[in-house]
Amino acid sequence: MKIIVDTGKCVGAGQCVLTEPALFDQSKDDGTIIVLNETPDGELAEKAREAAHVCPSQALSLEE
Amino acid sequence: MTIVENHEFPMARTCPFAPPPAYEEIREEEPVSRVRLPDGEWAWVVSRHEDVRTVLNDRRFSADRQHPDFPQLVKGEAASRRPDEERTLITMDAPEHGPARKAVLGEFTVRRLEALRPRIQEIVDGQIDALLAGPQPGDLVDSLSLPVPSLVICEMLGVPYADHEFFQEHTVKVIKQSTPPEERWAATKAIQGYMADLIAEKEDNPPEDLLGRQIVKLRENGTYRRTALAGMGFLLLVAGHETTANMISLSTVAFLRNPEQLAMIKADPGKTLNAVEEMLRYFTIIDAATARLCVEDIEVGGQLIRAGEGVLALGYSANRDPRAFENPDELDIERGARHHVAFGFGPHQCLGQNLARMELQIVFNTLFRRVPSLELAVDVDELPFKDDANIYGLYQLPVTW
Ligand code: HEM
Ligand code: SF4
Repeated sequence: MKIIVDTGKCVGAGQCVLTEPALFDQSKDDGTIIVLNETPDGELAEKAREAAHVCPSQALSLEE
Repeated sequence: MTIVENHEFPMARTCPFAPPPAYEEIREEEPVSRVRLPDGEWAWVVSRHEDVRTVLNDRRFSADRQHPDFPQLVKGEAASRRPDEERTLITMDAPEHGPARKAVLGEFTVRRLEALRPRIQEIVDGQIDALLAGPQPGDLVDSLSLPVPSLVICEMLGVPYADHEFFQEHTVKVIKQSTPPEERWAATKAIQGYMADLIAEKEDNPPEDLLGRQIVKLRENGTYRRTALAGMGFLLLVAGHETTANMISLSTVAFLRNPEQLAMIKADPGKTLNAVEEMLRYFTIIDAATARLCVEDIEVGGQLIRAGEGVLALGYSANRDPRAFENPDELDIERGARHHVAFGFGPHQCLGQNLARMELQIVFNTLFRRVPSLELAVDVDELPFKDDANIYGLYQLPVTW
């Protein structure tokens, strides 16, 4: 799986970080998303799906 | 085409724990339909989860609440619009909105808020001490729900402790529906004036607090203006106050009415964060306040909405939409409710949401552990619910322990 981020859409709600801090962080400067691991698998891939589902601005998509 | 408004807005509730019954009828029969507003104008209501998200996440809908055509939920409100007032985040559109929001977002990241956790815990403990030291029945709204968010945001902004009382007194006036308009305006001006003075004092030697860091940052990118920062400080103070307070009060009632769900979070505080999401969904205290003005024709849920028309994205209806939540009218703290729209959706989605989550989580974990005998002092049907307010909640919550 590959995580694709549209940083232009990210509203910095941090839902991705709340879902899985091992995959996502937020910029200290403007709060927008930083992907820590772009190609998760196993349980982390499941977390990435959950993050894409709860992101309030549809900034995350996945290439399965 | 004849235009029919089948419903007046706002619609009446029949139960404090459910949206107006007409929401379900609209959602199932005519999910995007017209309603008559108190001033005699009409607006679209959008009622399904998917469509509400579409409206709140599309630039063709403007959040400019100062615009003369913006739908008016309270009769006569438009007369008090001041288009030349300093604009705050919540009324800005693209391209102005994004940079303004990003300038302050760094203060609300999940990680930065985690560092605040011990201090929030202290504040909550202090208020519970005060409640327990007072007479019975005590009012949870006064002793816990209102002071906690106010003290927390004062802490973040760097408001000296000695001024907390001034803040409390004036913010309560600003957010109370019953405050006469002139008095509300005076209280607003008093807080804004205070905020501008506070910021002026911080300018020489900006301290390590939200306002201090904003001064430094905005100066660096050449956009610092004292009045704009004062407006932001004011928004943070007001937007997070009554909202969080009402969620504390309403959720406490819901927990006490659902002892099996309460038992779950007491046995495993790890479940509280999920319970908070469910409470946010279940009550959706900000419902039609996520209104918008259409600025370019767009089709939503099969209905053409034209530029110049007002839209109410009904969050409460979306959060009870069976297409998005199974058995939506059931309170189930174990459901995954995180795709709710209680904090809105899209670019304006609540900036303070993770702060609110943390405050609620700490309050519930602390309150029910420290006061295991907590009970309502009156029957639920005697509680003063805010049926007349834009933000749903409770005026008082008498409790014994
Ligand atoms: C449970 C408590 C809360 C609820 C239910 C809530 C709800 C909301 C909603 C629905 C919106 C979107 C409005 C729109 O789309 O027009 C919003 C925006 C906002 N909220 Fe909250 N809120 C809460 C707590 C807070 C807190 C604690 C703060 C700050 C300390 C805060 C600050 C803001 C700000 C600044 C905005 C405007 C964001 C923007 O326009 O970009 N809120 N809130
Ligand atoms: S959840 Fe979405 S909007 Fe929020 S920080 Fe992550 S990517 Fe950005």
